[in-house]
Amino acid sequence: MDQNLEKILVRGNEAVAMGAIDAGCRLFFGYPITPQNEIPEYLSKHLPPLGGEFIQAESEIASINLLLGASATGARAMSSSSSPGISLMQEGISYMAGSELPAVIVNISRSGPGLGGISASQGDYFQATRGGGHGDYRMIVLAPSTVQEMYDLTCLAFDLSDKYRNPAMILGDALIGQMKEPLIRRKPQQMDLPPKDWKLTGAKGRKPNKIKSLYLQEGELTEHNWKLYQKYEKMKEEEVRFETVNTEDARFVIAAFGSMARVSKTAMELAREEGMKVGLFRPITLFPYPEKALYDISTRVKQFLTVELNTGQMVEDVRLSVGRDAQVFFYGKPPGALPPPEEILEEIKKYY
Amino acid sequence: MELVFKRPECLIDVPFHFCPGCHHGIAHRLVAEAIDYFKIREKTIGVASVGCSVFMYDYFNIDVLEAPHGRASAVASGVKRARKDLIVFTIQGDGDLGAIGIGEGIHTANRGENITLIFANNGIYGMTGGQMAPTTLLGQKTTTSPYGRDFTYDGYPIRMAEMMATLEGSAFVARVAVNNPANLMKAKKAVRKAFQMQVEEMGFSFVEILMSCPTNWGLSSLEANRRVEEEMIPYFPLGILKERKMADYL
Repeated sequence: MDQNLEKILVRGNEAVAMGAIDAGCRLFFGYPITPQNEIPEYLSKHLPPLGGEFIQAESEIASINLLLGASATGARAMSSSSSPGISLMQEGISYMAGSELPAVIVNISRSGPGLGGISASQGDYFQATRGGGHGDYRMIVLAPSTVQEMYDLTCLAFDLSDKYRNPAMILGDALIGQMKEPLIRRKPQQMDLPPKDWKLTGAKGRKPNKIKSLYLQEGELTEHNWKLYQKYEKMKEEEVRFETVNTEDARFVIAAFGSMARVSKTAMELAREEGMKVGLFRPITLFPYPEKALYDISTRVKQFLTVELNTGQMVEDVRLSVGRDAQVFFYGKPPGALPPPEEILEEIKKYY
Repeated sequence: MELVFKRPECLIDVPFHFCPGCHHGIAHRLVAEAIDYFKIREKTIGVASVGCSVFMYDYFNIDVLEAPHGRASAVASGVKRARKDLIVFTIQGDGDLGAIGIGEGIHTANRGENITLIFANNGIYGMTGGQMAPTTLLGQKTTTSPYGRDFTYDGYPIRMAEMMATLEGSAFVARVAVNNPANLMKAKKAVRKAFQMQVEEMGFSFVEILMSCPTNWGLSSLEANRRVEEEMIPYFPLGILKERKMADYL
């Protein structure tokens, strides 16, 4: 494999686009929205020379359905948007989960509700991890916290979505999408993936393939929902990813994801300098959530502080995961200003 | 004895679920005959829309993908962009294309997507039980226009074929009916032409088929056929509205 191990300085959004290309994605469908425009802009330039297709669709609704169609042929395809646009895609994502179609959807989230604003927010955590659209389904959700991870996790999202025949989401935010950091464009080794014998290629020499989410026969839909459930359970067993820093000797742990994990890490370092044994727990997969890992930490650590750029969403998963004797505190910021590490340090001191 | 009439290879040997007198089965057959004619069954993908047309995969002996309500033409475009060597078509009803999916339909035509869209216009929501459609005629009573469609409340019936014909991206636009043998023969030609356009990569092809819905119209099959002639065709005139002779990029 040709590897370029040179560091390049790119925006998070560009790293996502590069990851998609390196993962073999040749089709992109999207609609302009701030703060993710560098993704479609990059791909509109780089996909056609690779023989790929780029469509600027008339809406996010069209984008997600173009994605659904392309995915049904077995091709790797992607769409990206930001919060209000992701809301419009929920119908299509539900259909893809129901039809068991893989695809990668990128949410460089902004702030809401409604038109909200274009500043960073983590207000879409519930929407991403609880299904978002109608019906009882889940989506694989990966939360990068660096530009390098924007690239690496995009590549991984394609593999995971193919492995499970399920949509996968990259949940970034305006901060990670817009900032520039060094990136090493190292193509990851592709997972061993099952053949796509379900894909639509024309019924030549075989029975027709049908891809659908409508099940009307007695018992069919019940069975289908249990089948989906089994997939989500398997994801929980095999795909959980997280990062821990200084949790071994910690007596207080900050739980944060994405951009807030960066600020929290600095806060943790400041606390350590003052002699407080503080650690950091950073979920990388928001679904499947690293419940067991967090529970294990809570057998030793009894105080947790969840830090989020919202008024409290992931904190519910932290509370569900830790042991009953652990205390979970919350420090949140609605969209607007990002809290400086010193502010988080003050919170730690309140409880430590 | 010579076999002069048989089931198209493209159709599975099962009875349609459509109500007696419904024209949907005829539309399916016309599409199947066109696919057989061009010998493209093994490389054709059908996109099932939401409505009475959704069970396409139970009848066509081809690969089929089910689309969300209204999104069939966007889904079909996605399939085609990923595999330009395949033939892609969809059959969308008047609710699917004329109401909830009109945006996707217009932009699919406008992009000149090389797919075939068969528009099943029976002026009513069949599957949900007879509600008003965007193509319901003025004065027509439905379960949600119990006093008859009134333009001051509900606006006017939409002429989709005329709208599609205004778009530069569409290569072939026709409106046909299947309520009598003469119209049926013209419909067969138009559907075949639409697939030919796609095979020859001429761009977006569109055939609106005026259809009956005897069940929800509250008419017998024969009365429904007459209604197509006497009430629908005067408002939705038949004919070829647009036919591109050469692909624009040639």
